Amino acid sequence: MIEVMPPAAIFIIGALLIPLVPGRLKSVYILALPVIGMWNLLNLPLGSHYPVAFHGYDLLIMEVDRLSRVFAIVFHLIAFIGMLYILNFKNNLEYVTALCYAGCALGVVFAGDLLTLFFFWEGLTVTSMFLILARQTSSATAAALRYSLVHAAGGLLLLAGIVMHHHATGSLAFGHLGLGSLGTILIFLGFGVNCAWPLLHGWLVDAYPEASIGGTVFLAAFTTKTAVYVLARAFAGEPSLIWIGTIMAIFPLFFAIIENDLRRVLAYCLINQIGFMVVGIGIGTELAINGIVAQAFAHILYKGLLFMAIGAVLYRTGTAKATELGGLAKSMPWTCFFYLMGAAAIAAPLFAGFVSKSLVLSAAAHEQLWLVWFALLLAAVGVFISAGLKVPFFAFFGNDGGHRVKEAPLNMLLAMGGAAFLCLFIGVFPHYLYDLLPYDVAYQPYTYNHVMGQLQLLFFAGLAFSLLLLSGVYPAEVRAINLDFDWTYRMASRLLYRGLDLSLNGINSLINRLVAVEFTARLSTFFQDGPARFVLALSRPICLLRQMDAKQLARSEEKVLRTYRLGNFSVACTAIFSVGFLVLLFFL
Amino acid sequence: MPTDDQKERRQAGQQGKALLILFFACCLALFAIDFVVKRPAHMVWEEWPGFYALFGFVGCVLIVLMARYLLRPLVKREEDYYD
Repeated sequence: MIEVMPPAAIFIIGALLIPLVPGRLKSVYILALPVIGMWNLLNLPLGSHYPVAFHGYDLLIMEVDRLSRVFAIVFHLIAFIGMLYILNFKNNLEYVTALCYAGCALGVVFAGDLLTLFFFWEGLTVTSMFLILARQTSSATAAALRYSLVHAAGGLLLLAGIVMHHHATGSLAFGHLGLGSLGTILIFLGFGVNCAWPLLHGWLVDAYPEASIGGTVFLAAFTTKTAVYVLARAFAGEPSLIWIGTIMAIFPLFFAIIENDLRRVLAYCLINQIGFMVVGIGIGTELAINGIVAQAFAHILYKGLLFMAIGAVLYRTGTAKATELGGLAKSMPWTCFFYLMGAAAIAAPLFAGFVSKSLVLSAAAHEQLWLVWFALLLAAVGVFISAGLKVPFFAFFGNDGGHRVKEAPLNMLLAMGGAAFLCLFIGVFPHYLYDLLPYDVAYQPYTYNHVMGQLQLLFFAGLAFSLLLLSGVYPAEVRAINLDFDWTYRMASRLLYRGLDLSLNGINSLINRLVAVEFTARLSTFFQDGPARFVLALSRPICLLRQMDAKQLARSEEKVLRTYRLGNFSVACTAIFSVGFLVLLFFL
Repeated sequence: MPTDDQKERRQAGQQGKALLILFFACCLALFAIDFVVKRPAHMVWEEWPGFYALFGFVGCVLIVLMARYLLRPLVKREEDYYD
């Protein structure tokens, strides 16, 4: 009897069996998988499981501790919610890849060694790519291709780092690594690609809004959060992360304000929230690590909820563009309500974001990182006005976009309701979340200062937003795209293509002209009447000596050339050539 | 004779206006309370009355203005730019 199953195995093996499950049973089956997984997870004892010797390497498939367990719990929750959300699509490919993707994320979270980690890390890339392809539009296909190329590059960085690290230390153990050698720096960068660090973030805002409706919900939960997890495990307390995270928290805000595609607005806000977590990892104290774990937990739920609500809008109206939406509160009241719950969960007291984000802010204050503290406070304002005010305003209120649609399907509403409930539950009873955190916390989020400060911050941000809207200063949404860092590699690839086109095709046509056209033509002329011209050149002085006129000369030339072309030499000529040839051979 | 749609719209407009007034009143109350109740805080600036309110307001305005006047002129392109 197997005591514990690796959670990744339950998801991946279970997912591969989905196409075999018949009819209605399938819906029950795909919802049961995360539930069985959760039951297994809650019975997992802390410690190391499944040590495997593989070609002389000691691998450890599962290392369960409090850090990995809390990530696994929230991954199970969002997997269940996400599967419920995509239940009505009846798409086996999406079911299988979504669950395999969740399984790979769980594999990364429990990996006790770097090789197992790498295996599941690549699994994340492959499975998530299918979630983008599942949209089945040409722009989604192109985005999926770019996405896979960026992640392949990131994966190679990670692999190179792992190989160098193993070569230097002889160890494959996955624990705290620190930035001591080139190997660990490469691992750091490999993690950074999946974490969407500034300049490495292009794939996220490029691909997430192109993915399938349900795919985006899964994508938002797993790739970046596993990256946060591995950074927290391997590079906690690395000071450079504080600044990387601060930049991440700030720069997407400006893009989010001017972006027209609402799912892309949420993708920018996602980077901003990951920024909070990266700052926390950089601070690295127990309070900070607790903060980032709590933040990741809450963020997976409320960002999932926001993406689900806008996904439902996209499902019903066929668009997620601010310019084409508006006034949907009437036709989709529940979706609107759940979106507003998710928006409140970003920061408002009584919701999940409030009790998690204040841990990170407090950690920054404890370490007296004032600049970072101010930046994070500004980031909190920015994400609230984008995801919390702008998106619902343009989707559900504002100018009527003319869509008269039905409310979202029941399974979608249930999924959103579940996520909204969890956001509220965690906000009201934060100790349930705090009890799961890696370190014991004695933290009280509901102090007068915190609550009042946060309320003032949000209300006055809202006040400024409404005044800017009323006065017309707030930038009107326009049908346009905004260039971001993916421009560089999209243009670079075009430049490469054009460069290769010019150089290789240029060489090709040059060689074609020289060899195929000119050289063969000359060769053929040479063999046609080369010897004749040679003979003519030899006989020219004789002709001149005989004082032939131009007419005679031309006639005799014509005669010689014709003789050569037809090959009807006189016997005497043949004899002379044969003798000459034999003499030549004799001397050679 | 106004149609049902127009009536509805007018009604929604009135509701919106009422909500907006309520919202402004809440803002005012939240701002005023800082001058009545002193906050026990870690940092000096947290004790200044209206610090968070001002930060939220100015922060929002700054982000919107910078996005509109600095970033948008730099990065805005036609929708078919990449095609």
